[in-house]
Amino acid sequence: MADLLEVTGVTKQFGGLAALEAVTLSVGKGEIYGLIGPNGAGKTTLFNCMTGLYSVTAGRILLDGAPVHNRKPHEIVRRGFARTFQNIRLFANMTALENVMVGGHIRSRAGILGAILRNPRTRAEEAQLRRKASELMEFVGLRGKGRTLAGHLAYGDQRRLEIARALATEPKLLALDEPVAGMNPAERRQMSDLFRRLRDSGITLLLIEHDVKLVMGLCDRVAVLDYGRKIAEGGPESVQQDRAVIEAYLGVDEGTG
Amino acid sequence: MPKWLRLPPPVAFLLLAITLILLPFLTGATLGNSWVRVLDFVLLYVMLALGLNIVVGYAGLLDLGYVAFYAIGAYLYAWLASPHFGLHLPFWAILPLGALLAGFFGVLLGAPTLRLRGDYLAIVTLGFGEIIRIFMNNLNAPFNLTNGPQGINLIDPVALGPLIFKGNHHLFGFKLTAPYLYYYLFLAFTLATIVIAMRLQNSRIGRAWAALREDEVAAAAMGVNTRNVKLLAFAMGATFGGLAGGLFASFQGFISPESFNLWESILILCMIVLGGMGHIPGVILGAVMLTVLPEALRYLGDWQRAALGHVVVDPNDLRMLIFGLALVLMMIYRPAGLIPSRQRRREFAAEDGVAEQEQADLYDAKV
Amino acid sequence: MDIFLQQLINGLVLGSIYALVALGYTMVYGILELINFAHGEVTMIGAMVALSVIGLLLGAMPELPGILVVLAGVLVAIPACMLLGYAIEKIAYRPLRKAPRLAPLITAIGVSIILQNVAMLVWGRQYVSFPRILPEGRHEIWGAHITDLQIFIVVLSLSVMASLWLLVQRTRLGRAMRATAQSKEVAALMGVNVDKVISATFLIGSAIAAIAGVMVSAYYGLAHYYMGFLLGLKAFSAAVLGGIGNIAGAMLGGMLLGMIEALGAGYIGDLTGGFLGSHYQDVFAFFVLILVLVFRPSGLLGERVASRA
Repeated sequence: MADLLEVTGVTKQFGGLAALEAVTLSVGKGEIYGLIGPNGAGKTTLFNCMTGLYSVTAGRILLDGAPVHNRKPHEIVRRGFARTFQNIRLFANMTALENVMVGGHIRSRAGILGAILRNPRTRAEEAQLRRKASELMEFVGLRGKGRTLAGHLAYGDQRRLEIARALATEPKLLALDEPVAGMNPAERRQMSDLFRRLRDSGITLLLIEHDVKLVMGLCDRVAVLDYGRKIAEGGPESVQQDRAVIEAYLGVDEGTG
Repeated sequence: MPKWLRLPPPVAFLLLAITLILLPFLTGATLGNSWVRVLDFVLLYVMLALGLNIVVGYAGLLDLGYVAFYAIGAYLYAWLASPHFGLHLPFWAILPLGALLAGFFGVLLGAPTLRLRGDYLAIVTLGFGEIIRIFMNNLNAPFNLTNGPQGINLIDPVALGPLIFKGNHHLFGFKLTAPYLYYYLFLAFTLATIVIAMRLQNSRIGRAWAALREDEVAAAAMGVNTRNVKLLAFAMGATFGGLAGGLFASFQGFISPESFNLWESILILCMIVLGGMGHIPGVILGAVMLTVLPEALRYLGDWQRAALGHVVVDPNDLRMLIFGLALVLMMIYRPAGLIPSRQRRREFAAEDGVAEQEQADLYDAKV
Repeated sequence: MDIFLQQLINGLVLGSIYALVALGYTMVYGILELINFAHGEVTMIGAMVALSVIGLLLGAMPELPGILVVLAGVLVAIPACMLLGYAIEKIAYRPLRKAPRLAPLITAIGVSIILQNVAMLVWGRQYVSFPRILPEGRHEIWGAHITDLQIFIVVLSLSVMASLWLLVQRTRLGRAMRATAQSKEVAALMGVNVDKVISATFLIGSAIAAIAGVMVSAYYGLAHYYMGFLLGLKAFSAAVLGGIGNIAGAMLGGMLLGMIEALGAGYIGDLTGGFLGSHYQDVFAFFVLILVLVFRPSGLLGERVASRA
């Protein structure tokens, strides 16, 4: 069976500078796949290429066998690929619930006429969106915070809300960009738990993370980026022992240079 | 509102309804019949402002050519109901046509330009408005479409069955002139506009507009087709503009390019900014204030004449000056408007610089 | 052929005026990413102030040579506009530097309206005519005419542009301006006083606008409180055409737009079989603007290439 996400030879250049060079990786259905690497290694750039915010200079990206590179972001979301942002990009002046409901936009249909007429179908759809959004908020642990403005939520809750919003798009593959950054150990454990529950509900996870321990404990497979190239890929243990990785990345932490 | 002023909703609603129904009579009796016409204009501008508010307030797109859509609606009405082409279609047939045509032009202008950054969009729409005006001014030759700067005259008044909105009518002993009749017609349209604007705001599309305004990149990444959603906002705004244009033409009986210059667009923008962008009560307040203000300013001229024997400063000259000052002062001291929505108040207080820059970077990177 | 050449000359003259005004838009945009809507009005104020001075001088000392009188007008208009530009930035734009994008743009429109209406109160609604005190020599080249005034406008405009170019490329201030255009934060870290650079940008842009204002009123023989609006829009279009934020682009865009307008007005009748006449001249700038923004938003020379070089 083909993998859910296949990235083949993806290169991204800004002017003359290559932020990604011929990156190839694939994520299987039901995996938790980690993407690690030092700052500036190109992890977020890869996310942006995969989710349609950047065009790719060369290479291709297949989701469920269908090409998604250089597609519009909303088309990629429609195919079942959702994401969160490293630096939290909520709609700060909308309520938490409205944020999640925006995530449901692509899975609902009411147009201008429906909005004006408020016909039974629109009302039913709206109620459904609202119900689903509440459920998702509860799932990520934000029960009772639906009416708070997103910008007023605590930091950790904002991260959770971003996940709920992404889940509302009904993704097969959810890409999380440093989802536990800035959280304390207890919160990190809760989040790991959440990620496992997500995987168990059938969603494949792609994770950018700096917390090596979390990645190693959680991920089925890990790829390491450095200077825009993939320097290693495999199970957490084998990657941890990889010479190139130790030099490029782990070496920084453990002082082995 | 203080507690003792708060009424149970049905009572408040009833009071409001009675006030709105009696308003032209009260106005006519106290301020004179010329003020009933002012009331009509207030309603017209409320409609226009609510329409532009969809584009600027809901979706965050600065449209400076809004008056072009107003003009399109007005000219279509004039072509189809005046001696200019000898056509005299009924108003209920023309109004939707005008709204549709304006909406179509909205899409036509929006489709190629909406991927531009906000401030460029403002300039392009401004240019579009001027182009439309220049064409209206000059399309009297070789084929007389617009009658040039003279404009089109003798436009049919609205007729509801046997009731023609012209001359004097009598009802229960009240004398009703055309401005009274138009008041009720406009009131009906305005109320409908308010309901539609409210419903749009609290809908799937309305949320998408808000998301777009808050963070375009995040909206796209959450599956909002930003281009289509922008187009929808543009087309909806234009549609309201076209509708108001048709009503204006029938009410005024005469239109010329002069009524559709850039300052008209800016006046409508002022109404939104003054009251509070995106917030319906604020927009209504802004429209009322800025329509009544110039009329009130006329008294300034009368006072000068009475006190000094001649007019030192023509209040008409002060009108735009006050609008300009209002724009600048509002943006510096009260950017969220006089009665802002809770959202906007924070939005303008927030330090959005970072998100904006990242947005720009992301889009630049795509080029 | 002589019509073509004639329109080319007219376009060149017009274009060199547009280019000067466009410089003001492009410099401010390059540094603040703000469309300084009021810049056209600063140009208008320049023309009005100069005309007032010229009128006063002619009344007081009618025997003075015309060129000196105009020169005096320009020399008063320049500091007046500089002061105005400085004040606009300080009062209206600076408090909003961190505000969302729409806010400063709306403020700029407000400032533009204020200036127009103040000018109307001061100088009246009527056209103010430019006295015929400049030499009016006419020269013929290959069947086309060029006047002394036209030659003078082009030469002066080119020298202003050359001086600005030198200033931006060769001086400390120019270097600080280029650094600020790249990144305000980094420039500030490197010890550039960003506020001063921004003020300087407005001062320089406004001084150039004053010169352009006098040129345009001398060329058309009149000035009007409303003249800044269309002039400003056209100059902005020129700046976009050349690539906004790019100084060389503004010069190129201005010249090109002038030619497009002059040639367009000369030939539109023939091109459309008489359907559209030369009174559509003002439409060209907007069409150019829309076409450029739609098909090549970075303009002919791309965004800020020159200020980077």
